[in-house]
Amino acid sequence: MAEAEDYKAIGTRPVRPDGVEKVTGRANFGADLTLPGMIHGKVLRSPHAHAHIKSIDVSGALSMEGVLAAVSGTDFPEQTDDLGRNVIARDKVLYHGHAVAAVAATTPLLAEQALDAIKVDYDVLEPVLSIDQAIADGATLVNEEMHTNGDASQPASNIAAITKFERGDPEQGFADADVVVEGEYRIPMAHQGYIEPHACTATINEEGKITVWCSTQGHFDVRTQTAAILGTSISKVKVIASEIGGGFGGKLTVYLEPLAVKLSELSNRPVRMVMNREEVFRATGPTSATWCKAKVGAKKDGTITAATAWLAYEAGAFAGAPVGPGCMSVLAPYDLENFSIEGLDVLVNKPRVAAYRAPGAPQAMHAMECAVDDLARELGIDPIDLRLKNAADEGTQAPYGPQFPAIGLKACLEAAKEHPNYKAPVPEGCGRGVASGFWFNIGMQSSAEVLIREDGTVTINEGSPDIGGSRASMCLMAAETLGIPYDRITAHVADTESTGYCNMTGGSRTTFATGMAVVQACEDIIAQCKERAAMTWDIDADQVDWDDGQAVPKPGVNADVDPLSLADIAKAWGRTGGPILGRASVNAQGAGAGFSVNFTDVAVDRETGKVDVKAYTAIQDAGRAIHPSYVEGQMQGGAAQGLGWALNEEYIYDDNGVMENAGFLDYRVPVASDLPMIDTQIVEVPNPTHPYGVRGVGETPITAPLAATSNAVRDALGFRVSELPFSPPRLLAAIDSHEG
Amino acid sequence: MEGADDFRPLLGRLSMIKVVFPDHLMQNTEGVRETEVDCDSYRSLVRELEKRWPGIEDVLAKTAVAINGQIYQDAWLETIEPSSEVFFMHRIEGG
Repeated sequence: MAEAEDYKAIGTRPVRPDGVEKVTGRANFGADLTLPGMIHGKVLRSPHAHAHIKSIDVSGALSMEGVLAAVSGTDFPEQTDDLGRNVIARDKVLYHGHAVAAVAATTPLLAEQALDAIKVDYDVLEPVLSIDQAIADGATLVNEEMHTNGDASQPASNIAAITKFERGDPEQGFADADVVVEGEYRIPMAHQGYIEPHACTATINEEGKITVWCSTQGHFDVRTQTAAILGTSISKVKVIASEIGGGFGGKLTVYLEPLAVKLSELSNRPVRMVMNREEVFRATGPTSATWCKAKVGAKKDGTITAATAWLAYEAGAFAGAPVGPGCMSVLAPYDLENFSIEGLDVLVNKPRVAAYRAPGAPQAMHAMECAVDDLARELGIDPIDLRLKNAADEGTQAPYGPQFPAIGLKACLEAAKEHPNYKAPVPEGCGRGVASGFWFNIGMQSSAEVLIREDGTVTINEGSPDIGGSRASMCLMAAETLGIPYDRITAHVADTESTGYCNMTGGSRTTFATGMAVVQACEDIIAQCKERAAMTWDIDADQVDWDDGQAVPKPGVNADVDPLSLADIAKAWGRTGGPILGRASVNAQGAGAGFSVNFTDVAVDRETGKVDVKAYTAIQDAGRAIHPSYVEGQMQGGAAQGLGWALNEEYIYDDNGVMENAGFLDYRVPVASDLPMIDTQIVEVPNPTHPYGVRGVGETPITAPLAATSNAVRDALGFRVSELPFSPPRLLAAIDSHEG
Repeated sequence: MEGADDFRPLLGRLSMIKVVFPDHLMQNTEGVRETEVDCDSYRSLVRELEKRWPGIEDVLAKTAVAINGQIYQDAWLETIEPSSEVFFMHRIEGG
């Protein structure tokens, strides 16, 4: 693999291609589409967290002038999986905000008013609102047919699954330790907090062909999910992805789209549906509340002899909490002989959780990274030195089984140790915290077509919605491969009918996997261009090289010809076989794991409980940074999100399971004035399975901030507060309690 | 030639690969966590496992696998070198 300095395009920082349209408001997001005759859909949501639906009567709504359609669960095929049952309830509502009916009317206001005319008769049940409640003996069951790990020989349970990993003899490892620390940590449910709410417009024509425009991380998945819920073929559904105002995993699943299609079918009009912020909080997928226990023991020299973790994750009303990845990531930064990990997937009467950036890892790693910090304190060892002593490296057997290939954890730790921000003394009155981060990253399936225009400029068609700047990185990889300037290439996110199948933009896979498809499609173009040049020069294609964006005869080939650029070849392509397009599809394997190290300095006001973040440094192995500004942006964004999660963000519920803070005034995400400039340092340990060494970079950045902040607050206070977030009331109560 | 026969069991051992199942798959393997299989590709591995534990092929289709440290969401086309280590694991998706 080439060294960074050998590249011409990769590693440069061109202006983002979508930037001007986004800052001028010209870009079209999910709610921006208007069609002739379009009407507006709204959803009636359950006022109860847990109840049987005895009856639903939509006739009152349908009798209103201007109301053109109304649906409830019985208007859809019987739903056999959780996705459909979550989109619209039929017999039972499982959380406050669960959709029970929907209407479409000529104005949004009329649609809102029509919801009041729908009559629903409920038989209210006791809600299950916490892990403690859910796993207690005699707990009310969220789902009477749920048996742990599917074992129907056992009584029904709110524990959908138990996952275990173990190696060696942890008990003996703790016995061999000179110091053992343990802790218990709780984190409430939190939302991704994307700025753009869920929105879609759907229409269906006389032939039954459905078209959906929506804000999504994966329009092919929207096609699959919508068709399944409606009981139709994917061949009848076309999905067009709009620009997207954030997703972070929360836009991988449908909520509105099947409802909009059904309302369109019944009204014979295009139907637009847009959630308000309250609906986004109450009815889409946040990430799990967690209750974690971590224990770690070490010799006096810092060698960790054993570690254990018990991780319980709320799944919401349907099984599927990200506790598996939590279990697999909790000890990933360490080379350990003795450990055990147990994870519980627990049902509660709250919204069905969805993916959220490295799903499951931040909560689990918060627990273990706090315990390791306490261990360093007990041993009197610098927290980076302790992590370096026990760091996973190439050849280390990961806690989830396989040996790591080349990874960048040690490089990140060493970079942190040498960083000027770490060498600087901790400011007066502040505390400093360190944590490691980890995410697997994935590959999966992607397609790309590269089209040459008549003037030799290039269009890339791909199917990965651009959330984090992937169009720019695709253009950079194409520029590097083709050997032409970046500004001669544009990238386009094509709809489901216009490009090959593509998995979602998620799992930090797009620059890795779709990038791999783009590179291969460009190589296809080069092969064709060499053939066209060979035809032009009357030589064999294997006598042609592609050098710096031009076809040239190979050294020693007796051909007195001028090089042919893409523009030259395009100009004459009518004589050599017609237009040129390249294509590739991949099921990309070998995504390289991403590691990070974060450290932060914070000050705590002991009179108000307010935490001020004074400095924050994020260091991460990107494999190879295709567009370093975007990589730094991911690192800064992950740090900002993690700080928000650590300091203020939480779902607050009343005793009936009603979220009390369903708006950005009360669910407080960080704003610019809350944060310092987040310093970044990209470490590059290339991933050998990608042609340019790419590792995913989107998710790792959120795996360390919770623990780094927690450790800094512990350092500032002199004692540990084990429940996040560190909102002023919670922290003040902890300070008061500690100080008596 | 008699001497060569003596080496046959050893040669057979050299093509055996170690296969490890995570806890959540052990209900499909009668509690077996680790086994050895004589195979040279992922397809032949799955076929052999299906012979031992009928029905496991469908479960493995929804499972990721690491072959000598390299993680595959779908390893159907992969070859497996002798003495390799194969770990089945939760499929990771991400957000």
